[in-house]
Amino acid sequence: MSETTTRTALRPTVSGRLQAWLPRLVLAPSVAVSLFFVYGFMLWTFVLSLTSSRMLPSYDFVGFGQYARLMANERWWVASTNLMIFGALFIIICLVLGALLAMLLDQKIRQEGALRTVYLYPMALSFIVTGVVWKWLLNPQLGIQAMVRSWGFESFEFDWIVDPDMAVYTLVIAAVWQASGFVMALFLAGLRGIDDSIVKAAQLDGASLPRIYWRVVMPCLRPVVFSAVMILAHIAIKSFDLVVALTGGGPGYATDLPATFMYTHAFNRAQIGLGSASAMLMLGGVLAILIPYLYSELRSRKHG
Amino acid sequence: MLIKQLPTFKKSALALALAAGTAMAAGTTQASDVEVLHWWTSGGEARAANVLKELLEAEGYGWQDFAVAGGGGETAMTVLKSRAMSGNPPSAAQIKGPEIQEWGELGLLGDLNEVADAEGWNDLLPEIVADIMRYDGQYVAVPANVHRVNWLWANPDVLEAAGVEMPTTLDELFAAGEAIREAGFVPLAHGGQSWQDATVFESVVLGSQGTEFYQQALVELDPEALGGEQMVAALEDFKRLRELMDEGMPGRDWNIATAMVIEGVAGFQLMGDWAKGEFTAAGLTAGEDYLCAAAPGTEDAFTFNIDSLAMFRVTDDAEREAQHTLARLVLEPTFQEAFNLAKGSIPARPDLDMSEFDSCAQQSLADFQRTADEGGLVPSMAHGMAVRADVQGAIFDVVTNYFNDADMPAEEAAQRMVSAAEAASF
Repeated sequence: MSETTTRTALRPTVSGRLQAWLPRLVLAPSVAVSLFFVYGFMLWTFVLSLTSSRMLPSYDFVGFGQYARLMANERWWVASTNLMIFGALFIIICLVLGALLAMLLDQKIRQEGALRTVYLYPMALSFIVTGVVWKWLLNPQLGIQAMVRSWGFESFEFDWIVDPDMAVYTLVIAAVWQASGFVMALFLAGLRGIDDSIVKAAQLDGASLPRIYWRVVMPCLRPVVFSAVMILAHIAIKSFDLVVALTGGGPGYATDLPATFMYTHAFNRAQIGLGSASAMLMLGGVLAILIPYLYSELRSRKHG
Repeated sequence: MLIKQLPTFKKSALALALAAGTAMAAGTTQASDVEVLHWWTSGGEARAANVLKELLEAEGYGWQDFAVAGGGGETAMTVLKSRAMSGNPPSAAQIKGPEIQEWGELGLLGDLNEVADAEGWNDLLPEIVADIMRYDGQYVAVPANVHRVNWLWANPDVLEAAGVEMPTTLDELFAAGEAIREAGFVPLAHGGQSWQDATVFESVVLGSQGTEFYQQALVELDPEALGGEQMVAALEDFKRLRELMDEGMPGRDWNIATAMVIEGVAGFQLMGDWAKGEFTAAGLTAGEDYLCAAAPGTEDAFTFNIDSLAMFRVTDDAEREAQHTLARLVLEPTFQEAFNLAKGSIPARPDLDMSEFDSCAQQSLADFQRTADEGGLVPSMAHGMAVRADVQGAIFDVVTNYFNDADMPAEEAAQRMVSAAEAASF
């Protein structure tokens, strides 16, 4: 009698405990793996950035010497400035184009599915493909310039890709071409999620269509803008393959971005210390922009 | 539900672990095998590497191929570094130039003196080449070939159409270039990538200021030479060359530039002798369908780029024996001839019969011997034979930036060259 009661009393606790522990047990390996491979390696990169490591990692500490060298390195400044220009233009143009395309597609037109696919399709290509395609399109002797000239406009010039001052904008063109369709899809999903009755109410109040979009629809899309910015920002900062395929960092190193700078120095030029320092600065840059943004967005959503 | 799935999960984990185990077991080498890391992966190169494999197998040793594709070997080097860091380097790897010294400093290379003494490498190799193969006085690497970098390639039909001869000085090149442009061709085919800019730059430095200055500036990194008037003059000549190029050159690959010469779109190209592989592949004959000559002003100089195999330190006797056999075979005539015929370069030992080689290679070997005696043999900066990778990179940055920046004066570029050489060393 007493035995059965203990058994029935124990049984739920054992399975209950197991149930409480199981998720943790199952999650533990992935937590450990990400702690080690993400945060551990971040830490290791930071340690390396304080050393004089060249071809292989060494632990000969030189303080912040590598950072000082980086600050004195002209190429690093070119890369950082390029990231500012590229990142800002890429994000803004993608958002504007994506939102416009989504609003136009949202007018209950025919063949919407087909059109959506047309715009979304570039996202299915890798940046390497985009880069190579645009490299030929922008080549002054093969691409757009040559084509327009062959139509008889002999003085037409579009040689940005070979002009050190303009080449960084060709990155923007290719990247926008690739990503704006994706932003459109995000906005379209957001637009479809808006309650029709709000729009109808605004219409009854006599608001014009642009005004409805600006004052009613856009504020509802705030979370969409937030996710789009997050995704686009990380695409911009990670951009490496596009540069490699489109311009190879050239002419000269006019289109170098921090990611390509870091790769070249750490792996091709046997300057692991300097490369690590640049990687840490990239991380710092990302955090400096994202943390305030995340903070304000997540907080305002919780309370607002 | 979840608990029921656990056993399956366990089983698949076990299977995974087993699979990993067998994969690792398959990956480990037998003691009498040599594992060779290289990036001879293009058609001709792979065939050439295969010759070595067959020779080695004929001697009773196994060849574990560890080929990592990627032209300049950057990928291969990255793989090699990770292997070395995990304490499991291959027994031999394609390492060249000053990098041999760096690996030597890390204490990872084994010595080959036994083979070198037995085979008389000291008499066989020119001193300057042997020096690169030694770390701390000990042979640690063996050269497979010699590339000459300072070549000028030309399309004879284009030259004829423009009524010009093969130029022997920079001034003649500029004059010939003008004539070719007027005849409606691109005078100088070029690809605007930093290593190609540097390849042309070093040929111009050599042609415009001579071997002694080249040695001082680009090998010894003497700040007075790097920032001096001679460098400014060389830089100005280099920039003038840009006028001979077409506007589509940024980012172009070298073989596409070579194709422009082959197709008769362009007159000349300044490029190392690997360009010959492209001409050969197009079915052209040296001296008839295409011309080769030392880069203008450099007929008494030879910028070399040597591929070599460095041997890692091994503890096992059988493995060392296999390694030594490999080293001996690499320098033996059979491999040197077969390899270099396939690769377009010349043998690293100057005593071979060259009748099988084309006229460009024969001239190259003759020049190699002559310049080795007369002191015109210099290591190529652009191809990692002269200075460490970080210094080389910093010089590349200055060269390519100056070349592409319409406004930078040569004096400023020379000053930057000095600070590049200083800042890169830490």
